[in-house]
Order: sequence, then structure tokens, then C-alpha cells
Amino acid sequence: MHSGIVLLILAMGLVTYIPRMLPLVVFHRVQLPPFWQGVLKNVPYATLGALIVPGIFFIQDDKWFGVLGFTSAVLAAWLGANVIVVVLASVAVLSLYALM
Amino acid sequence: MEPILATNKLSPFRQGAQAGISIAIGYMPIALTFGLLAKTTGLTFLETVMMSMIVFAGASQYIALNLLSLGTGTFEIVLTTFVLNIRHFLMSASLNEKAESDELWKKALYAFGITDETFSVAATKEGTVNASYMFGLIALSYGSWVVNSGIGHLVGASLPQSLQTSMSVALYAMFIGLLVPSFKKQRKTMWLAGLAAMINSVLLFFHMPKGWAIVVATLVSAVLVQYAVNEREREDA
Repeated sequence: MHSGIVLLILAMGLVTYIPRMLPLVVFHRVQLPPFWQGVLKNVPYATLGALIVPGIFFIQDDKWFGVLGFTSAVLAAWLGANVIVVVLASVAVLSLYALM
Repeated sequence: MEPILATNKLSPFRQGAQAGISIAIGYMPIALTFGLLAKTTGLTFLETVMMSMIVFAGASQYIALNLLSLGTGTFEIVLTTFVLNIRHFLMSASLNEKAESDELWKKALYAFGITDETFSVAATKEGTVNASYMFGLIALSYGSWVVNSGIGHLVGASLPQSLQTSMSVALYAMFIGLLVPSFKKQRKTMWLAGLAAMINSVLLFFHMPKGWAIVVATLVSAVLVQYAVNEREREDA
């Protein structure tokens, strides 16, 4: 193994681990003010919005790919499908589309 | 003897593992491709698997390969990785609000496995999360990530092109599958997601780096909506 690469991997591991670990450890048993507790409870839904849009519309050069994947996933989820079913359904729809 | 009824209720670890299945599926095409790209970039099998084992961050690992092939220096790659991972400060702080008070070392250990995907699954779960649940969730996700990176390097190929293409939607579909049910329970989640999606799109359009855009979009949306909720409660009171 090239020692430069190993060093790079270790450094990348460190700067990836720190943001994941610090808040959990620093705020362990710390009670934040109610406003900020509320903000942190909002974070997952806001993050999900930003993780999905606009990324999903750029997964392939063909824009319809993202639009179709987005629509089928939203539809399946809205009808109450389990997460795995949502994933498999949208992959299936796009496989069909790719075949056409 | 164990009561028979107890077998119907899964242990937290198994609940986590079950919730990790969709992540494991979604990671497969990305990890296979990572292994393949790492090989073409000149990384050995060991280096490739080691990077997936130690870093465990998809976007950062892809960018590292890209920068390596451009001949970028170590410091700049590490800095780019850090900026890209700033969003995990927010996710970890948010997860902490939901985490049961496990021993500190257990929290520090499962913190290693917080990715966009494991966070999204854990944070949208009903009730609280404990260390066993997180270990189950991470075991499957991490296993899929590391093993498939190795396979991608060994086989030197990813999935058949058509399947690879359609599977690129998998993780996005998972995010949608986690988000949409909350719309029916709490209307404010629709505002949170919609607002963050809009801000993120605008920021990226103006070429803000991805790592910062997602942090700004998430924070602004979460604070604005919380402010609006407080104002409404004050008016009602």
C-alpha cells in the first residue's frame, strides 16, 4: 500500500468522524432551550427536502428519468407503501422506461 | 422459557437491521461503482476497501477519487471532505434530541455510522432511538457499503448498464418513502421539506458548494418554520 494514500484515508476518516461524533458527545445530557430543540426536531424533514431536490432531477442526462422516478416514488409513498416497496417500485418503473 | 408472544416483538437491533435493508440495496450500485472507479484511479484492492471501511461517506469518497486523478494534494482533498461533511454536525445534533441516554462510548461508536441515509431512517422512526437500534441499522448499511466496494474492485465491473441506470434513483426513492408519510401526520413537515428544497435549488443554481448549500437550506428552513410555529402558538394563547 502506498503510504500517502493511507495517510489520506486516515485524515479523511478523521474529518468525517468529527462532525458525526461531536454533537452527540458534547450535547450528551445537555438540555437545549426549547426553541433550539424545536429547530433540531425540524432538521430531518428539512434535510430530506434538500437531499431530494434538486438532486433527483439530475440522476441522468435524460431529465424525464428523474421526473418519472420522483413521481412514482411520491405516488407509491402517498398510497402508503412501505419504504422498501417505494424503492423497488421506482426502480421497476425506471427499468421499464429504460427498456422503451 | 421465553414467552411465545415475545418473539413477535423484534429486538431493537433487529428492528434497526430491518430498517437498514433499503439502505443496503441503495448503497449497492454506488459502492460497486466506487470500487470500479477506485481501481481505474489506481487504488489497490486493500486501499479501496480500507477507504470504505474508515471513511464510510459516499460523496466524499467519490470526490477524493476525482481529485486524486487530477493530482490534487492531500490537504485540499481533506479540506473538501470536511466541508462536504459539515452537514453531519446538524444531523448528529438533531439525532441527539431523539437518542435515548445510552452510555457515552456507545453513542460515540454509533456516531461513526451516521450518513445521510442512516440519519434519515433513524430520525423519521417513531419514538426514540437507542444504541442497539443504531447498531442494527448501521451493520447492514456499512456491510453493504464495504462489501460492495470490494466486489466492485475485484470484479472490475458494476451492474449491467440498464439496471445501474434505473438503480440510481434508489436512495432518492428511499428519502421520498421516509418523508411523504410525515406529511399526513404533521402539516409543517411539508413546509420544512418544500422550503429547504427550494432554498437548496436556488443556492446550487448560484454555484454555492453542495456541502454549504444543504447546511444553509436546512438551517434556514428549520428556523423559519419553528419561528412561525411559535408565533402561531402565541396568537392562539
